Amino acid sequence: MFKDIEHLIRLAAVMVIALVAFIVLRAAVVPRSFGQYGHYRGAAISEIAARPVAFAGRDDVCETCHSDVVDVKKRGKHVVVPCETCHGAQARHAEDPGSVIPAKLDTAVLCSRCHEANSAKPKSFPQVVTADHSGGIACDTCHQPHKPKIEEVAQSATGGKK
Amino acid sequence: MDTTRRRLLVLLPAAAVAWKFVLAGTPEASPNYKLTEHWWGMLIDIPKCIGCGTCSRACTEENDVPVGYYRTWIERYHLDDWKMEKPEVESPDGGKEGFPANEIAGKNFFVPKLCNHCADSPCTQVCPVGATFISPDGVVLVDKTYCLGCRYCVQACPYGCRFINPKTKTAEKCTLCYHRITKGLTTACCEVCPTGARQLADLKNPNDPVHEFLRTHNVQVLKPHMATGAKVFYNGMDGSVR
Repeated sequence: MFKDIEHLIRLAAVMVIALVAFIVLRAAVVPRSFGQYGHYRGAAISEIAARPVAFAGRDDVCETCHSDVVDVKKRGKHVVVPCETCHGAQARHAEDPGSVIPAKLDTAVLCSRCHEANSAKPKSFPQVVTADHSGGIACDTCHQPHKPKIEEVAQSATGGKK
Repeated sequence: MDTTRRRLLVLLPAAAVAWKFVLAGTPEASPNYKLTEHWWGMLIDIPKCIGCGTCSRACTEENDVPVGYYRTWIERYHLDDWKMEKPEVESPDGGKEGFPANEIAGKNFFVPKLCNHCADSPCTQVCPVGATFISPDGVVLVDKTYCLGCRYCVQACPYGCRFINPKTKTAEKCTLCYHRITKGLTTACCEVCPTGARQLADLKNPNDPVHEFLRTHNVQVLKPHMATGAKVFYNGMDGSVR
């Protein structure tokens, strides 16, 4: 039996070398966190979470500096509307208020986005047909965006602008 | 350079130290965040949606979504009184700039859409390389360094929530603003919604007000017959919504 045993040994040696090469290669190629939580690269989770934010967050961030404006907003119907809904992403401004200055807003565009009449909007939501309502006059001629209800007394001078 | 035995003995420990740094990888973004303590979803209150498109615009800005592609969008449904089974759906530019005024009779309403972050997501099941996955806190994510761009997942999603990013050529989708929710913030779309029609929901957090809402309202998910385990819950949704 096993007359030419050296052939088998040689074959076995080749297979062992191939197996070792496979194991070494696999260890080098497959990321270490692969399979940490499941059939995917576990490190991807923290990589995705590491992205910087663009929107600063709820109004308390804005209130740190602009408490006067937020106070005005709190007294009106727009209390439910977060600052960044109209003012846009301001995380960079919140981090560096000196050099990142938010763009000026155009009430003609902003107001109509929400308040232009549309039959698909809920009936209880205040809507106007801008052309009939104001005839093209800028909304903030009459309505102060932070406290939109028109009052008979003169509106506060600070208003929305600083 | 001759590799003497002495030099090799010096180099080996140095290489071992360097390799350890390589293996350490990226640090945890938010050290206090526990993956196992959350199970994310969203609540959408259709009667509150005014179709202003602020959510879609905010999503684009927060996540650098390419022009012409949408991770979240708004659809306007129109149902004729005599044709209730055939809804007409439109979503011009994802509803980003609102919808043209229509004073038509019948039933009209808005439906905001996004990835449903399915607990048994079809898109994850078809990925051949493990590039897309459900994180332990219930968010369906894409590892763009692993994605081949084979488009299986784009085909598999029953809700049309995925696309191939024209620049990176990899699959892209809503991450439920994973970089925000792991820092204790809400998603960009929920952040800016002026009527509160969208609310992020942490289903594992017993103090989340979503539980009270889910107990007291009749909520639905999209395409429940697909058994995807969708976690975006719609309140007041018409049966015609697909």
